[in-house]
Amino acid sequence: MRLNEEERAMLAGALGEPRRWAIAHQIAVGEFFDAEDFVPVGQAHIMADTESLGESGLCFLETLAAAPPGERRVRVPTMTDPRGLDFAVYRRLGQTPAMAAREARAIAALSALGVLMTDTCITYQTVMAPLRGEHVAYGDTGVVIYANSVLGARGNFEGGPSALAAALTGRTPRYGFHLDRHRRGTRRFRLETMPRDLAEWGALGGIIGEACGSYWEVPVIEGLSTAPGADALKHFGAALASFGSVALFHMPGITAGTAQEAAAAPAAARPVGRGDIDAFFARYAAPGEKLDVVVFAAPQLSLFEIERVADGLAGRHIHPGVRVIVATSPEVKHAADRMGLTRRLEAAGAIVAAGICFYQSYAREMAERNGWLRLLTNSAKLVNILGGYGYRPSLASLERCLDAAVAGRIV
Amino acid sequence: MPIRLFCHPGIGPAVTGTALVAADNFSARYDLDRDKGIFCRPTHKLAGQSYVDRILVLDQAKGGVASAWMLAEMSARGRAPKALVFNRVNPILAQGAAFAGISLVDRFDGDVTRLIRTGDVLRIDPAQGQVDILNRDG
Repeated sequence: MRLNEEERAMLAGALGEPRRWAIAHQIAVGEFFDAEDFVPVGQAHIMADTESLGESGLCFLETLAAAPPGERRVRVPTMTDPRGLDFAVYRRLGQTPAMAAREARAIAALSALGVLMTDTCITYQTVMAPLRGEHVAYGDTGVVIYANSVLGARGNFEGGPSALAAALTGRTPRYGFHLDRHRRGTRRFRLETMPRDLAEWGALGGIIGEACGSYWEVPVIEGLSTAPGADALKHFGAALASFGSVALFHMPGITAGTAQEAAAAPAAARPVGRGDIDAFFARYAAPGEKLDVVVFAAPQLSLFEIERVADGLAGRHIHPGVRVIVATSPEVKHAADRMGLTRRLEAAGAIVAAGICFYQSYAREMAERNGWLRLLTNSAKLVNILGGYGYRPSLASLERCLDAAVAGRIV
Repeated sequence: MPIRLFCHPGIGPAVTGTALVAADNFSARYDLDRDKGIFCRPTHKLAGQSYVDRILVLDQAKGGVASAWMLAEMSARGRAPKALVFNRVNPILAQGAAFAGISLVDRFDGDVTRLIRTGDVLRIDPAQGQVDILNRDG
């Protein structure tokens, strides 16, 4: 990679050990992907929940945080992805004081680096949406795909170490979706039916994600009869990234990509119809089964989604054998508190957690401690992840999730 | 002469080990029980098998960003694969391998999950972009 004078100084350690580590890590990754140089980034976003970090990751962060302030502070506005637990509710979820202690260590270390503890995977709905063409270093696949596709920003999936490195150097290797040549459509899909709710938008993301099956595929989706809305594309993109590792899609006339980028995909389009969506739901169907936990998360809920859950539970009480968890960002939680939505949800028996997203929150340990097995959600991303955590996940619309939560069984 | 496969230059040191192969994808969060050191996702083609100290030969990296931290933690606890050999990885697996110091190569001429068999003894040289199958003659 070509390095400028400042980058060479970082690599030589002249700007301190944290920045030396950071740029050396970035060069190793950049050369693997044939990056020719670095590109400055406007924002960074770090996934650093303690389940993923482990003790070794925690010690790594604490070592960086022990460097002199001038050497350890991040150079661009830097946010965090959801954390492993919410200190206000963790005991009710079966999480332990030892987990809370690890989270406190991580928060202290990240804060010492100058990271803003936003604890959210919906930064674009709650903190600061990037501009079209802005280069970013985001560390959540759902954030990356939304920023790349809907907003026209430029970024790759940046795991925790790489997002932190970008924050410390203020730049990232110029490869992948920073480059025009990777942003052209490669596959074409034509909708023969419009998804009817957020769960179906997630299912559509799962269907197209499985068909693509690679980070380097860029699907172009045609046939939308109306603009679906931000929450719909949030669920669609999160599932597309989860099932397919896809980081960019184009919906001509709706998303930010150019006509030339969409036109680059082969003309032959794979149709996606009602039968495909029904078949996707059928993979997770478990009618009549006893229900243990209902989760609204992955991605965290917007204020509008929280209002819909609260409205759906109005005048109802959740079955005593079922836990209902609503996960959102701290900023949306504050708004929900102020507007009385949290009170309404808790009155019905739900737990509203701020700054977590369930699957990053010791999901296996929660299942074991609480005896949870059958989980219901309206998030296609979540059903994809949790099979490996010992759950039997099912997918349904938000309304059917609530009906099941009240009944104690999948309806 | 061993069979020699050529790939894109990779990450990490040269290593020798035994292959565990599947035409399936990979995420440390989605697919592994990292305490037991096995594939635990019921639908994964390697479900129930130990990946510890094996050279994993798989198709694509998938899913979320957690693997970037998790590979280093797995390595620190002695529960990591010896190396990663893929048809094509996403940035997360490359970042995770670089952070953990685990050898990684991808981008072969041909489907590496068909070229290599479970039980093959491999020598991987990421700097040269080469994988030798030591137990078979070319």
